[in-house]
Amino acid sequence: MKAYSLFKKDWQSELRTRYAINSLAMFILVTISVILFSIGSEKITGYLTGGLLWVVIFFSAMSGLSRAFVSEEERGTTMTLHLIASTTTIFSGKLIFNLLLVFLMNFVITFLFFILFESFIIKNFLLFTFAFLLGNIGIAVSSTIIAAIISKASSKGTLYPVLSFPILLPLILTLLELTKFAMDGNSINDSIVEILVLICYDVIMLTASYLLFDFIWKE
Amino acid sequence: MTDYKLVLENLVKYFGRRLVFSQINQIFTSGNVYGISGPNGSGKSTLVKIIANIISPTRGTVVHLLSDSIIIPEKLLEHIGFVAPYLYLYDEFTAEENLIHFSNIRGIKFDKERAEFLFRKLNLIDRKDDIIRGYSSGMKQRLKFIFALLHRPQCIILDEPTSNLDNNGKERVYDLILEEAKSNLVLVASNEDSDLALCKNVISIENYKQNKT
Repeated sequence: MKAYSLFKKDWQSELRTRYAINSLAMFILVTISVILFSIGSEKITGYLTGGLLWVVIFFSAMSGLSRAFVSEEERGTTMTLHLIASTTTIFSGKLIFNLLLVFLMNFVITFLFFILFESFIIKNFLLFTFAFLLGNIGIAVSSTIIAAIISKASSKGTLYPVLSFPILLPLILTLLELTKFAMDGNSINDSIVEILVLICYDVIMLTASYLLFDFIWKE
Repeated sequence: MTDYKLVLENLVKYFGRRLVFSQINQIFTSGNVYGISGPNGSGKSTLVKIIANIISPTRGTVVHLLSDSIIIPEKLLEHIGFVAPYLYLYDEFTAEENLIHFSNIRGIKFDKERAEFLFRKLNLIDRKDDIIRGYSSGMKQRLKFIFALLHRPQCIILDEPTSNLDNNGKERVYDLILEEAKSNLVLVASNEDSDLALCKNVISIENYKQNKT
């Protein structure tokens, strides 16, 4: 309940300041436009559009998800949070906020890919939905803990993609594989190894984040 | 009066290789105002942050006791009120919205009556529905007192409590400090003589600069 109250505060603050939403919306719009202009009238394969989808998602996450902690640090309100909430509450509240942002962002990106790229055809929609849900959770958890780490650093902008790349790489590679399987129409049984990898990634990241956050947050 | 006790045992803090203070041993009890003095950069703010469990000491312990029972770190937030010039509230919300959010995040019901009392006491009642981005620095400082006292803490830590305040603001704050000190423990870290004049006992950080370990 306390975490939900923190999320509510963050969401209302976001609606008033538009720190993350604006940068995410602009990034999605610009990136997809650039891809469309560069492709022109060329035909691209389904696998390539699947790859492009996760590239856009990865870089969009880089552009907006660090705001959860960075905005607190920049406005000097980190100490206020220290004084009103426990570390578990803070991490949970920020995670809920990033989960919502990731789901909204990825839903918009995927929807745009469906309507703008002819070759983006998913034959096994259930498998894609599984990958989408588990992938979003993984991106949100990883982005939240990385945002907490970089909020304490001086060169936040550079550090975020640098730290995110090795942490998100196994997730993105698995998601690429699952998207390919979903495009080929493979069954869930055929893709069970990749789905289990995703579940393990999410569980490990979530557990490690809760264990580490106390050390990251407290100076 | 609440039976609150704060015990500092062999407190040492280093920033890298620089010693901030060493071997602070003190006991503070409720019903009193204690002062922490020292020149700029001497470590007053570091000490109050350690007491408020915002940063960790290099060595030593800080023990908060309520009726002789140790308060665990997870519960400490409920017992501490903190005011400092480096503390910021959310600019995009009104004063009252800030307080409502803080109460909800603390997991307690927003005490409207207490908030109104403090708004009146600190002369902010007419501006409580204004977004605090438009507040002057003195008004923001007074609002921090409401933030610190709304949940009725037993240990009130004030770092430079009168910074940015005019004479009228200072008088209101001094009244509030003395009122709170009747039942609670108040710690004031300051260089201002008028702030330290409220204190029963003043410790100087400069006396804890030698490495005795």
